[in-house]
Amino acid sequence: MEMPQDKKLIVSASPHIRAGVTTRGIMADVIIALSPAAIASIVIFGISSLLVMAVCIGTAVLSEWLFCLACKRKNSIGDLSAVVTGLLLAMNLPATIPLYQAAVGSVFAIVVVKCLFGGLGKNFANPAIAARVFMLIAFTESMTAVAARSTDVLKLATVDTVASATPLALLGGAEGTLPQITDMLLGLRGGALGETCIIALVLGGVYLLLRKVITWHTPVTFIATVFGLSWLIHGSAVNALYAVLSGGVVLGAIFMATDYVTTPLTAWGKAIFGIGCGLLTIVIRTYAGYPEGVSFAILLMNILTPYIDKLTMRRPLGGEKA
Amino acid sequence: MALFGLPGVHVPHRKNTADSETVLMPPPETVVIPVVMHIGAPAKPTVKAGEVVAVGQPIAEADGFISAPVHATVSGKVQKVEDIVLSNGSSAPAVFIRSDGEMRRWEGLTPPTVETLDDLAKAIRDSGIVGLGGAGFPTSVKFTIKDIERAEYLLINAAECEPYITSDTRTMLDDTGLLVRGIELLKKLLLPKKVIFGIERNKPKAISKLKQAFAGGEGVTVKTLPSMYPQGGEKVLIYNTTGRVVPQGKLPLDVGVVIINVTTLAAIQSYIETGMPLVSKVVTVDGSAVAKPMNVRVPIGTPLADVFEFCGGFKSEPFKVLYGGPMMGTTVPNLDVPILKNTNAILAFDVHDSIAPEETPCLRCGSCVGRCPMRLNPPAIAKAYSQKDFDALGKLKVDLCMECGVCAYVCPANQQMVQRHKLAKAELRTYKQAKEAKN
Repeated sequence: MEMPQDKKLIVSASPHIRAGVTTRGIMADVIIALSPAAIASIVIFGISSLLVMAVCIGTAVLSEWLFCLACKRKNSIGDLSAVVTGLLLAMNLPATIPLYQAAVGSVFAIVVVKCLFGGLGKNFANPAIAARVFMLIAFTESMTAVAARSTDVLKLATVDTVASATPLALLGGAEGTLPQITDMLLGLRGGALGETCIIALVLGGVYLLLRKVITWHTPVTFIATVFGLSWLIHGSAVNALYAVLSGGVVLGAIFMATDYVTTPLTAWGKAIFGIGCGLLTIVIRTYAGYPEGVSFAILLMNILTPYIDKLTMRRPLGGEKA
Repeated sequence: MALFGLPGVHVPHRKNTADSETVLMPPPETVVIPVVMHIGAPAKPTVKAGEVVAVGQPIAEADGFISAPVHATVSGKVQKVEDIVLSNGSSAPAVFIRSDGEMRRWEGLTPPTVETLDDLAKAIRDSGIVGLGGAGFPTSVKFTIKDIERAEYLLINAAECEPYITSDTRTMLDDTGLLVRGIELLKKLLLPKKVIFGIERNKPKAISKLKQAFAGGEGVTVKTLPSMYPQGGEKVLIYNTTGRVVPQGKLPLDVGVVIINVTTLAAIQSYIETGMPLVSKVVTVDGSAVAKPMNVRVPIGTPLADVFEFCGGFKSEPFKVLYGGPMMGTTVPNLDVPILKNTNAILAFDVHDSIAPEETPCLRCGSCVGRCPMRLNPPAIAKAYSQKDFDALGKLKVDLCMECGVCAYVCPANQQMVQRHKLAKAELRTYKQAKEAKN
């Protein structure tokens, strides 16, 4: 075909091709990776689990949209990051949480932790984690309640809190018997929505690894550190295994400690981050007033991220030491 | 360290033209030959409007050590010598020659006698040859070596890691004889301990042809490398073949390496055998808007429009046209611009391949940090640049960036890193000069 007269060509900087990876695509992958755990939570805790997820996601997306509107910022809900934040927060809540509290937590995550710092990429702390910690302090009673398994998936009223001690409390010396390891893997125990079904979480983790959304460095070092230190403390590998499988270690290691924005850039940095998370988790579990320390550990390590980045930055090829 | 990620990235190959034999393009009506087609001082025009010139006749002389002469690429009459705007935005004189269609060879051409390294450097300088891999650095400078002992390695860059481009592949397949004789000569003059051809795995035919040709050759290795962009980056290739790191601000020779592009080598040998300077180039013509992608040998100075027309024109409206490959190529403002000495490809893209995706906020995913072959930190550079913190930019070594584009290629936020690094480098240079002037 003929070239039109006076045709203007596009002039731009290289490169002129792209790998085709997008923020939206990455977020979609995280949602896909979380869906086995989300489905498992509905099976384990019943329909109320679905309600918590719906409220968290809905409130997160709505508050981001309203914030953008109010601040005359470009509407950013299309990048799906608010959906991920809402879903991750829901995963960290018990199924018995009053829905208004879940909504308040979501608004806190999106508006206070993310948008006020400048939106996606600018927040220093993981929004879902920071919101969970906020809720732990604001709604202590409902946040520390342990939801029991639902006996009938479709019935709303079946979710009760259980009086018996959690595996973590048992490891800490409380009275009672530990559940079977198979039950731990399937998620047939009390806990937050998304943290109990280990198999579903690992499935999601493998998916993220295969899709190259995350690298192995943080999850492996995080879990290995928790396992190793628990073995030292409890003196048995079986108890160390319980320490890894209970609480939010697996959920945190795969989905929360791998958040791009709030964790280190380099492979070595990610490994240090994982070790630090594991160490702080055990310190909090062993010495602090809270039975679980994963959220606090990740939050504290989020704050250390800029320093880890600085420490682990490689020397440019052929560059002299500055 | 492999567990912690190797630098570089797999880019699509799209070597559609690897098997298309080079077609000789007849001279166009007019050629436009800029006096600056190299890094360094522009050459000085030595012809005036109305003069009759023949192929190979000098029309501009080198002006300074880092410079290169320019020759007439067709026979005919000089129309005018006039400033044109180059693709980097600057303007420079260009010699317009109206072709008489005869491609008459200039009578003054004689093959040079090359017996010493100095002869070689002079011959290369007279030939007007510059780095044909794309950089356009005057090649004679690389062979102006005082202490010959220093050249331990002779490295031939045959990586051709950019998508689409196959002109180096064609050199290896079509001009193998020139390469063999060229290496023989360079071995005699440079006395390197080792000669290595660095070539990416995705060129099996060229690899087997080279291996066959150099089977008996002592000290010549054809090293097959992974197709990992930017394998052909000078410092990357030196590191991947010799394990040596070229320090900041130093030259390959400082670590004992003389490195030239494979087509440059063929051009040098061709000049030595025939006395014909660099007047034509094999160019890969490809891209989604091109009707018949192929390799053509084109007189330097041929306007892009003529080359595309020779290749069957466009099958869809072109929106973006490049000199070079899609990773490092530069866009042209219109199709009147000419083929340059260092043009190895011209690509034309349809609307679908031309619109850059929208830039979104950096996620700090670290893809760029993990893949930068120079081990730079683009997010930190972005921050320092936005704050105009030039001391930080200096510490972050932004000036080591070779603009290979790997960071921007993998970025999920479509950040324009290369553009930012180019600006940061330029502003850092100005800042350093101002600081030195003050002291």
